[in-house]
Amino acid sequence: MLSIKNLQARIEEKEILKGINLDIKPGEVHAIMGPNGSGKSTLASVLAGRSDYEVTGGSVEFLGKDLLELSPEDRAREGVFLAFQYPIEIPGVSTTNFVKTAVNEIRKYRGEEPMDAVQFLKKMKEKMKLVEIDQSLLSRSLNEGFSGGEKKRNEIFQMAMLEPKFAILDETDSGLDIDALRIVAEGVNKLKSKDNATLVITHYQRLLDYIVPDYVHILYKGRIVKTGGKELALELEEKGYDFIKEEVGEEIESPL
Amino acid sequence: MSELKELIQDKLSKESFSGNGSLKALSQKGLELFNEQGIPTVKHEEWKYTRISAVLNKDFSYAVDATAVTAKDVDAFRLPGHEAANELVFVNGIYHAELSNIRSSVDELVILPLSEAVKAEYKIIVDANLGHSAGYHKDGINAMNNAFAYQGLFIAVKKNKSVEHPLYCYYINDARTVNVLSQPRTLIHVAVNAEVKIVEEEVTIGTSDSFINKISEIVVEENAQVHLYKIQNEDSHSSCVKTTHVRQVGVSKVNSVTITLNGGVIRNNLNFILEAPGCESNMYGLYCVKGTTHVDNHTIVDNKMPNSLSNELYKGIIDEKATAVFNGKIFVRQDAQKTNAYQSNKNILLSDTATVNTKPQLEIFADDVKCSHGCTIGRLDEEALFYLQSRGIGDKAAKALLLHAFAIEILEKIELEPIRQYVDQIISERLDFEI
Repeated sequence: MLSIKNLQARIEEKEILKGINLDIKPGEVHAIMGPNGSGKSTLASVLAGRSDYEVTGGSVEFLGKDLLELSPEDRAREGVFLAFQYPIEIPGVSTTNFVKTAVNEIRKYRGEEPMDAVQFLKKMKEKMKLVEIDQSLLSRSLNEGFSGGEKKRNEIFQMAMLEPKFAILDETDSGLDIDALRIVAEGVNKLKSKDNATLVITHYQRLLDYIVPDYVHILYKGRIVKTGGKELALELEEKGYDFIKEEVGEEIESPL
Repeated sequence: MSELKELIQDKLSKESFSGNGSLKALSQKGLELFNEQGIPTVKHEEWKYTRISAVLNKDFSYAVDATAVTAKDVDAFRLPGHEAANELVFVNGIYHAELSNIRSSVDELVILPLSEAVKAEYKIIVDANLGHSAGYHKDGINAMNNAFAYQGLFIAVKKNKSVEHPLYCYYINDARTVNVLSQPRTLIHVAVNAEVKIVEEEVTIGTSDSFINKISEIVVEENAQVHLYKIQNEDSHSSCVKTTHVRQVGVSKVNSVTITLNGGVIRNNLNFILEAPGCESNMYGLYCVKGTTHVDNHTIVDNKMPNSLSNELYKGIIDEKATAVFNGKIFVRQDAQKTNAYQSNKNILLSDTATVNTKPQLEIFADDVKCSHGCTIGRLDEEALFYLQSRGIGDKAAKALLLHAFAIEILEKIELEPIRQYVDQIISERLDFEI
């Protein structure tokens, strides 16, 4: 589904991604872990098409298309979804109107008729249950004055409404208490199917107790330095990131 | 301008003003000051960014026959909700009773020529209030209107009456044959415990140049509530200076929303004089302008007594070669302790050729007050734009959504549903926004 080859990217003059290789197949859940500044969020941003980052090398193929050639909106329309680490507050736009616009823009791209009000409300009600989000929250301005947990639940609600093929959860666990974490994770799990894939980006192992990954990758200084099963996350939790630094430190410093 | 002077002189000498002391005095004083000052140039501090002399440096006719305008002409621009409104039609600056449609009864709403009002029951009110704005605008523009005050209109909203039918005021310039300059003048008295909503729109018929120099003075008594809505949406050949001067003489609440969509050179003077303790004044504005429109909002809040609250928020979306000016002056006089005065001006520039000049001015003579002011000038928030795009919303639709969201904060302040919807529709079309 997604094939990242030797992806390199920088922001301004700073090289952040120094050759990422990653293959994700439908139905899989991948986790990317790594210390602060390793490039986790950069990877998420580059995949979603944030213009601050310049891709300097490599390729990303998504369902047979060159992802890097697509505008951010076309990536979303093709089925990529990024759950933001810091969802943006937009006063004056209700979540409902926002999601409705998004759903219909995506449908238009796919040559489908816009969803009528009845269909839309029905779908919305169904998905609201999934993330235990309240109608009153959705009528309010997008994320404005929402608590950390409400913002993250709103991200997963949007994900549920847009039904992406490939979702990236960027530090979705940050700022969440254990109850909010559980609700968000359960939402993600319910959306999982054999046809879609998820990339979970996290600093801590905690989230992976709830969203169980098939693969765990460790990102360090802009490269994936270790890949394993879900037990790798536990090992990391136990030993801390220092063990990675010791294990791969030398190798990283030497040129490819 | 000499034609104008002659015209006023002629009027003042011919017409009998016996017993109309304050009205005649104001007209004469206006003429004298106008002769002395002329049209302000950019050297005048208050007119630095608005070249009003360039607009008036043309051949204008001042007393154009109003009979050519028919009810059918008015039909073309009646505002939504007019079926339930008192419609006041001014043609070339003068109130036109036949074209107007007053639905409220006289025990709620009284409409009289100022020349009548000054003679009888309302003499005290007229004497005490007419021309009060001249103390705040000592320039030739204000003086010029004062010179024409003898043809103005008096409106009284009676004690304890909440006027059900809003007042829709259309200021029509009939510019089908000549360039028209008009000088509408109103004095509005809102009595104790009364409530009224007033909507104003300028309209030019025809394609010659049009200039409206209007003064509206509003006196608000204890426990009264006034809502003022201005809609400005004209072509580039229509310019205006509109002065709205509100005196809150009792504890009262006044909301003003000024919406500017397009036009030639538009100057709005909005003054709030808070003369009683505990007044509330809300001033909102939205200018969404393009082409070569020039919009200038000059506001004054003069806090004279303690415990008042004034809230001011003006927002602008400026595109193409349009220019905007915001000048917000707040006075807090020595007696006005515990005043809360807030001011904010936010602008989004959509093109490299759009311009905005914004200037807050606070003069505070009391020591126990809360005042704030701030202004922003920028482009659309890139982070917000990316957030919308990452959900599949195209660049154009995302921009429209954000701009509409920016505007809606002001539109929501219009508490007259048909008018709010009408303005929202124009703004949405302008921004290519659809929901």
